[in-house]
Amino acid sequence: MADQTINSEALKTGDISAAVDYLKAQYPDAISDDTREGYNGIIIARDQLVEVARAMRDDLGFDYLSNAAAVDYLGIEDSMEMVYHAYRTSGGAALAFKAQTPRAQAEIPSLIEVWPGADFQEREAYDLHGIAFPGHPNLRRILLWDGFDGHPLRKDWQEAYYEEDHKPFESRWPKGFVRRAEELNIYGKNVKYPADLDLNSLADTSEESVYANMGLGVDVQQLDNGDELQTDKLVVNLGPHHPSTHGVFRMVVTLNGETVEKLEPVMGYLHRNHEKIGERNAWLHNMPFTDRLDYISSMSNNLGYALAVEQLLARGARYQPPTYRAEVVRVLMVELTRIVNHFWAIGFLLNDLGAFFTPALYAINERELILDFFEAVAGSRMMCNYMRFGGIYKDLPERIHAVANLVNDKMRDYDTMDYLVELINERIPRAVDQLDQYLTDSEIIRARTIGVGYLPKEMAIAYSAAGPLLRASGVSYDVRRADPYSIYPELDFDVAVRYNGDIYDRYLIRLDEMRESLRILRQLLPRLEVTHGEPIMPGGKQGPYMPRVPIGESYGHVENPKGELGYYVVSAGDAKGTQNPWRYHVRAPSFINLTALGQMCRGHKVADIVAILGSIDIVLGETDR
Amino acid sequence: MYGVGILKGLGVTIKHFIDTYVDDIRYAGRKYMRQENFEVRQGLKAQGAFTVQYPEEKIAVPERFRFVPFLIVDDADHPERPGHDWCTSCGICAKVCPPQCIWIVRGENPQTGRPIPEPEAFFIDIDICMNCGYCSEFCPFDAIKMDHDYELASYDRTGAHIHDKQKLSKPFSYWRTIAPTTAAEEAEARGGWEHTDVIKERKKAEAAAAKAAKAAAQAEQAEAAPEAEAQSEQDAEAAKAERLRKREAALARNRARKEQENQNDE
Ligand code: SF4
Ligand code: SF4
Repeated sequence: MADQTINSEALKTGDISAAVDYLKAQYPDAISDDTREGYNGIIIARDQLVEVARAMRDDLGFDYLSNAAAVDYLGIEDSMEMVYHAYRTSGGAALAFKAQTPRAQAEIPSLIEVWPGADFQEREAYDLHGIAFPGHPNLRRILLWDGFDGHPLRKDWQEAYYEEDHKPFESRWPKGFVRRAEELNIYGKNVKYPADLDLNSLADTSEESVYANMGLGVDVQQLDNGDELQTDKLVVNLGPHHPSTHGVFRMVVTLNGETVEKLEPVMGYLHRNHEKIGERNAWLHNMPFTDRLDYISSMSNNLGYALAVEQLLARGARYQPPTYRAEVVRVLMVELTRIVNHFWAIGFLLNDLGAFFTPALYAINERELILDFFEAVAGSRMMCNYMRFGGIYKDLPERIHAVANLVNDKMRDYDTMDYLVELINERIPRAVDQLDQYLTDSEIIRARTIGVGYLPKEMAIAYSAAGPLLRASGVSYDVRRADPYSIYPELDFDVAVRYNGDIYDRYLIRLDEMRESLRILRQLLPRLEVTHGEPIMPGGKQGPYMPRVPIGESYGHVENPKGELGYYVVSAGDAKGTQNPWRYHVRAPSFINLTALGQMCRGHKVADIVAILGSIDIVLGETDR
Repeated sequence: MYGVGILKGLGVTIKHFIDTYVDDIRYAGRKYMRQENFEVRQGLKAQGAFTVQYPEEKIAVPERFRFVPFLIVDDADHPERPGHDWCTSCGICAKVCPPQCIWIVRGENPQTGRPIPEPEAFFIDIDICMNCGYCSEFCPFDAIKMDHDYELASYDRTGAHIHDKQKLSKPFSYWRTIAPTTAAEEAEARGGWEHTDVIKERKKAEAAAAKAAKAAAQAEQAEAAPEAEAQSEQDAEAAKAERLRKREAALARNRARKEQENQNDE
């Protein structure tokens, strides 16, 4: 027995090829290597997918399903495919595996019983690609509404006003006679409904019909004569027009008295099909669009996308990796973004707890100064669009400098390095300490948050929770350490962990992470001095405006302030390399972190829902995409 | 002891409250008057709330700030080409624009029907523009730049928000005032303050002049100056013709390739 345990321990920490060998030995007919050019990982026969996945989790230790994305290969292979990236929370690279299905009657068994975190991602694939997942208990549309016609991410789906398959559009140059899209896309004629939709049902506003398809299985109102107390059982809509739900997020809550029995998040109010737009765009076009995902942390969104595409570009002949200077500046920006985000998250968590706006405004004071810096460097406070494939847009300016003109008269002028040094060494640490002093010991906060919204460690992993939400439950999983990128390996910092998994720990961990980020930033300052004046792009040359990207797939992921942000991109079709991504998928932490919301709220009071939601820290631009 | 945490928190609040008014006292009621005060209030030394009293006060935005782009034209008092567009209607910005909100009608010579390097019309739909800055980043002629004027709200969405060439065009001197450092860097890369074409022409003219001078010097020795001058003029003419021919050939090749691609697509 003894050597068997050793053996299984070895399996759980072995490298990816050992894991693949093990799976091949166990399931010889189910597994084949993905031999397509530029692809890696394995393809699993879909009838054995669940079994193999279970073996991955239990025998090999891949306990964390990070990403599950669908791809439509219409015209290339005439099949559809689900791509999964599983990780170990102890660290290491991804085990990428795929399951394929014909396009007609697309069906892939659900992995929800192996990794419950597949829940929303499978619903997304069902919604946008029309792949069915037998075994999924709640397979309904998630981002689009039920009256939506078709599955928009299928390659043969076209919107009502369809211009061309790919940008750049022919009509813009050289005969660019301007038209407004709405002239061609007449209001009232721009919606298609599925044939089986009864349009009259849309006018029915009775409560029953509103909740009928929510799968809640309760009468809208019923009496619960359970214990001593007679309580009303009712279904309540929290949001979308609720201040704590950002105005675009809804929770359908089944209450028993004041206690939450069941909570169902409803999203998609801000859905714009980011991924379809991304597949129309050329590679570089997508960069500013990533800003609009998690608009609090555009810099790190940029970085994730740049990394994913750089992985593909690296397969080309003349690829040069980013210069050291570029990496230093990238990390500088990303860590400042983390601080911005956590200030924001803490401030607004307090809003959600009822401390209206005083803590929020204190918290975003310093954020202003960081944004001033972003504005001077990248040109915009929030939509930074700063990273490029192979580097960054422009080096830091010598001075943070403004010139008064007719419209704006009050000017400011600071030396950039002085500004940064003071910001990082004085201003931000002071603000973090102050926030700590202001909130951490407050009895009200402790009473409202300790023990509320508990998420146990195992559940956090199973639900694919990421970022502070995962780490506050005692899992020290941080992509910067688990699967390092950029210059993180040479930087000295700790992965912040807290163990209680409640709102209070999620608040504390954000403070911890800000302090760790400050540690990183202090190490960057001398690096910035040393690399001053070095090129920010390989060879000091600007990159091409329409880069051609070699065929293949890649998954680039970064530790965003809100959790693991991943981009799964596929370049296909053109042997010379393509101008447009074939597939552009975003693994959005805000979206997947919501999977556990229902569980966390169960048994708490209505007022706690808002606080629990606030403690996850979502941004709807990213959730709904 | 219960309540200590709250008291500590209130201490922070009071400190913030007082900090907010320290400036008022320090500047003796002239907090909003002087530029230097503003710089302190809005910088790293700022204390308390540092709200800007918009629209009474407006922060001057940093040089790299980007808002809806504008087109650069030569100043009205430019000696050679006053009011001339810098844009050559090459179309790169229209292609690199992510939401595809730039529309360019390439100029044509009415006689020959051949394209000329000037836009006949240029539109930007500012409702669609996402202020990404790509157009200015990738324009090879530094002809399109990001503006600093962010107050573009208007009551009429349909008419006022499609900027045409007239509305987009601003003199080069404006760019130099809003972004002096960037403008200087770009000028250095181009090799002068003028448009690339002008610089090239000048360089050519200088080279020709130098050549002529040299030829003249030689001719003086050989006592045949007038001829040489005529020669160099002819040279310049020939070079110009040759350049035009090459350009046309390149454009034709491009067109052919486009057509080919279109056919392939069909
Ligand atoms: S890229 Fe520059 S030169 Fe070319 S069309 Fe645009 S503005 Fe004109
Ligand atoms: S700033 Fe960006 S979106 Fe706006 S016109 Fe230029 S390229 Fe297009």
